[in-house]
Amino acid sequence: MDNEQWAFGLTMMVVGMGGTFLTLWVLGLVMDLLKKIFPLVDKDGKQS
Amino acid sequence: MLESMQTGLYGLTAGVNYLFTQGGPNVIMLLIAATLLYLGVKKGVEPLLLVPIGFGCMLVNIPLSDLMESGGLLRTLYDMGISNELFPLLIFVGIGAMIDFGALLENPKMLLFGAAGQFGIFLTLLLALALGFPALEAVSIAIIGACDGPTAIYVASQYAPQLLAPISVAAYSYMALVPIIQPPIMRALTTPRERIIRMAPIKKTVSPQTKLLFPIVVTLVTGLLAPKGLPLMGTIMLGNFMRECAVVTRLQKASENEIANIVTLFLGLAIGGTMEGHAFLKPTTLMIFGMGFVAICMDTVAGVLFGKLVCKLTGGKVNPLIGAAGISAFPMAARVVQAQGQIYDKKNHLLMHAAGVNTGGQIGSVVAAAVMLSVLKGMGLI
Repeated sequence: MDNEQWAFGLTMMVVGMGGTFLTLWVLGLVMDLLKKIFPLVDKDGKQS
Repeated sequence: MLESMQTGLYGLTAGVNYLFTQGGPNVIMLLIAATLLYLGVKKGVEPLLLVPIGFGCMLVNIPLSDLMESGGLLRTLYDMGISNELFPLLIFVGIGAMIDFGALLENPKMLLFGAAGQFGIFLTLLLALALGFPALEAVSIAIIGACDGPTAIYVASQYAPQLLAPISVAAYSYMALVPIIQPPIMRALTTPRERIIRMAPIKKTVSPQTKLLFPIVVTLVTGLLAPKGLPLMGTIMLGNFMRECAVVTRLQKASENEIANIVTLFLGLAIGGTMEGHAFLKPTTLMIFGMGFVAICMDTVAGVLFGKLVCKLTGGKVNPLIGAAGISAFPMAARVVQAQGQIYDKKNHLLMHAAGVNTGGQIGSVVAAAVMLSVLKGMGLI
């Protein structure tokens, strides 16, 4: 594998895997935020 | 008149003649088609896919049938929905309509397991490059590690159509083999004490509004971060939005039943149509199957190791086995985790936690593909 291939592979590994983690982490935060903004309310009007 | 009869007779024997003179690869592929049909029908291995793929493979390897030539049945199906990526995307609408993301929404941090479960993709990419595959072919092969058939087909049909057949067959075969591939890795990487960790029951905390907004928010966030993958995420979330909004039940049901069934049939036949012997039987095919296996093993290794890390960080509150469900392959991987957990403690119910991780893996695999495509776009390679 030449240098260019290595550079491509490592870029994909670092940016790709890092980007995947980052995107999913952001999604997790947004989902937590959604749960806080729209909490589940039971029949008696209490938040669970 | 005799001459006319002779030429007519030649038309009847040309196929057999071809088979005996230059049809060796076709004969092998007919045997492979028979194996695929046997696995699908008798062994129940992904029958919805393997039956049409096996039959399509048989059709295209009957000499001189011209089914994959311009205007032929299989070529028409291929042009209709594979070369333009329509079929995998329509299947994604159905998958989105089927999946309940409730378990994931109960604990959104489970999404990180879905990220860890994609590690095999990137490792396999390096392996494919080391073996001499060009960049776009390496990416298409690596995506087998997403353990997600439609995603693999979507990427391969765009960037390595010449490898579509082995990639899609490998992707679906390994997805079916998840219950065989994963357990030894799970056992090897965990201690008996870790395997019997019981996790706290999941409380219902997600409101209908959150479930309704989830697909819209996921589409917006992933679309902004990785726009090249928007067709994948957009279609899966469209299906899920139809499910959660509950006002288009007919469309939801059609997406997860009629449309998904018809598209699965066409998709399988068209993929089978790409398995013509002379094109399929190459050393690269074996290499792709080997790398696909490595990808799924490494996904599982990374998922379980991430589970062990989370187990340590939470003071033993998380059973590392659930990490194996981060590989997508929904819902099979979650069932594998539940079954493995119950081998060591019959009263240990990991299914809901594993289902959360598994739906996170479903999103994770699409995000990984989307990120890869966007990075490729950023690098000017596509």
